[in-house]
Amino acid sequence: MAMTDTAVPPPPKRSFGDVFFDYLLWGGIAALLIWAFKPVEMYKLPLLFVNSKNMQEYGNGFAHADVAHWKIYVEQMWLTIQMALWGTFLAVILAVPLGLLGARNMTPAIIQQPVRRLMDLLRAVPDLVIGTVFLVTVGLGPFAGVLAIALNTGGVLGKLFSEAVESMDPRPVEGVRATGAAPLHEMVWGVIPQVAPLWTSYALYRFESSSRSATVLGLIGAGGIGKTLFDSLNGFAYDQVAMISIVIVIAVSLIDFLSQIIRKRLL
Amino acid sequence: MSTTVAAAAVRGVSKTFGARKALDSVSLDVQPGEMVALIGPSGSGKSTLLRSISGLQTVDGGKGTIDVFGIPVQKNGRVTGQVRKARAKVGFIAQQFNLVGRLSLFTNVLLGALGRMGTWAGLFGRWSAEDKQKAMAALHRVGVSDYAGQRANTLSGGQQQRGAIARAILQGAQAVLADEPVASLDPVSARKVMELLVELNERDKVAVIVTLHQVDYAIRYCERVVALKGGKIVYDGPSTGLGREKLIEIYGPEIEDAFWEGVGP
Ligand SMILES: Nc1ncnc2c1ncn2[C@@H]1O[C@H](COP(=O)(O)OP(=O)(O)OP(=O)(O)O)[C@@H](O)[C@H]1O
Ligand SMILES: [Mg+2]
Repeated sequence: MAMTDTAVPPPPKRSFGDVFFDYLLWGGIAALLIWAFKPVEMYKLPLLFVNSKNMQEYGNGFAHADVAHWKIYVEQMWLTIQMALWGTFLAVILAVPLGLLGARNMTPAIIQQPVRRLMDLLRAVPDLVIGTVFLVTVGLGPFAGVLAIALNTGGVLGKLFSEAVESMDPRPVEGVRATGAAPLHEMVWGVIPQVAPLWTSYALYRFESSSRSATVLGLIGAGGIGKTLFDSLNGFAYDQVAMISIVIVIAVSLIDFLSQIIRKRLL
Repeated sequence: MSTTVAAAAVRGVSKTFGARKALDSVSLDVQPGEMVALIGPSGSGKSTLLRSISGLQTVDGGKGTIDVFGIPVQKNGRVTGQVRKARAKVGFIAQQFNLVGRLSLFTNVLLGALGRMGTWAGLFGRWSAEDKQKAMAALHRVGVSDYAGQRANTLSGGQQQRGAIARAILQGAQAVLADEPVASLDPVSARKVMELLVELNERDKVAVIVTLHQVDYAIRYCERVVALKGGKIVYDGPSTGLGREKLIEIYGPEIEDAFWEGVGP
């Protein structure tokens, strides 16, 4: 085949701006790490090895774990998981509209930008902080924890959902649009079938971390195993602390394990 | 005839992507029941033209207009409020990936009914019994009814294209726009798909505009050929008028490359 006779153009070059930005970024990260060295007491690193005897003593607590109360701990753990379940469920309900409205390929900037800022806000405020707000409004107990998880996880899932929407194949959606379907129909029949497996996977993944969050939320009064742990710590009952820790680790690992199996099957 | 409205009326339409003119004041009238091949080298604006007719893409602002069966699709560089009514009359078949992969072939065909369904009925997929029956009939007609329950992404390219044709049939489309519907198919499936389009045109009087890479297909299956080059229409007439000279003008001296199966005329 006849090719063009013109000169071969030179390969594309990275602009000065791009290179400069790279140095700025990596240099900035290095500077921040050095700055943070002292405030976080990184110099104590050697203590980890010097004081290993103290660690052993703490570990001995596990040998005398308070097995007798296991039933109460499992019950409290279950309450914590239920908290995570409802929190994640409400989060998904919140994340579906947020994820669709916040996707670049779905809505004009005038809708998408405010939705994105709202999701950023929800994600940025830690569930511990949201939790304290709800403790004041709905009182101590699991419901405050559920709401805290719902809002924070809703923001995270909304962001993940909209990224899934942005990476979908636009062609089948155009196929639906070309039939004269309404925008809402396009979403339900063109978009959601495509993103459903990824969305479910993300939701399960967030359920895993919600069950960890729910444990920590117990510490500030949302009930469940976190509260039990807090009480035992305050009473210096290290045998109880040990048993509770074991229950938490087993339960959370179990959830991770199960959800990983389900997620693998979905994708 | 001045009494019939054109299936597609494109008037002075341009489309600019950055500095590149994909369409350069294109005007084209396709009458109901016509079968038109749209040819031209890669990048000449064929897909852009079809997508603009369906309102999947806006054209440049100004005097350019596109109407479908008398319903305005675009005006002043904007899609009109009646675009859904217009789309419902026109089936669209792309080269590939027309169907929603995770839905069954049957459901994909039923999506053709969305344009005439109410918002809520469409939202929850409450298809009428009549539509369901029509969908099976359409699948049967194009020869893939055995795969109705299968997920679209498990079907071969040719089966998917036939599914897309079935969707246009259920839609009750009076015109079909097909953008290289056979480009990714083997010769046997390609011929089958082309024959289905011809049958749709002859039996149901559906207007067909089909873009093709293979000039011999255009000549064999379509009476009228429109050729684009650099966004301009450089030929619009009977396929028999496409001589070697004209083809070299359109495609350049490597014209033989534009033939897939046989040689040139
Ligand atoms: N979304 C887009 N953004 C930028 N440029 C585009 C876009 N779509 C098309 N173009 C450009 O417009 C011109 C016409 O493209 P078009 O896809 O219509 O060509 P085509 O005739 O269908 O080509 P092919 O035969 O390869 O499919 C090309 O130069 C292409 O690069
Ligand atoms: Mg094209």
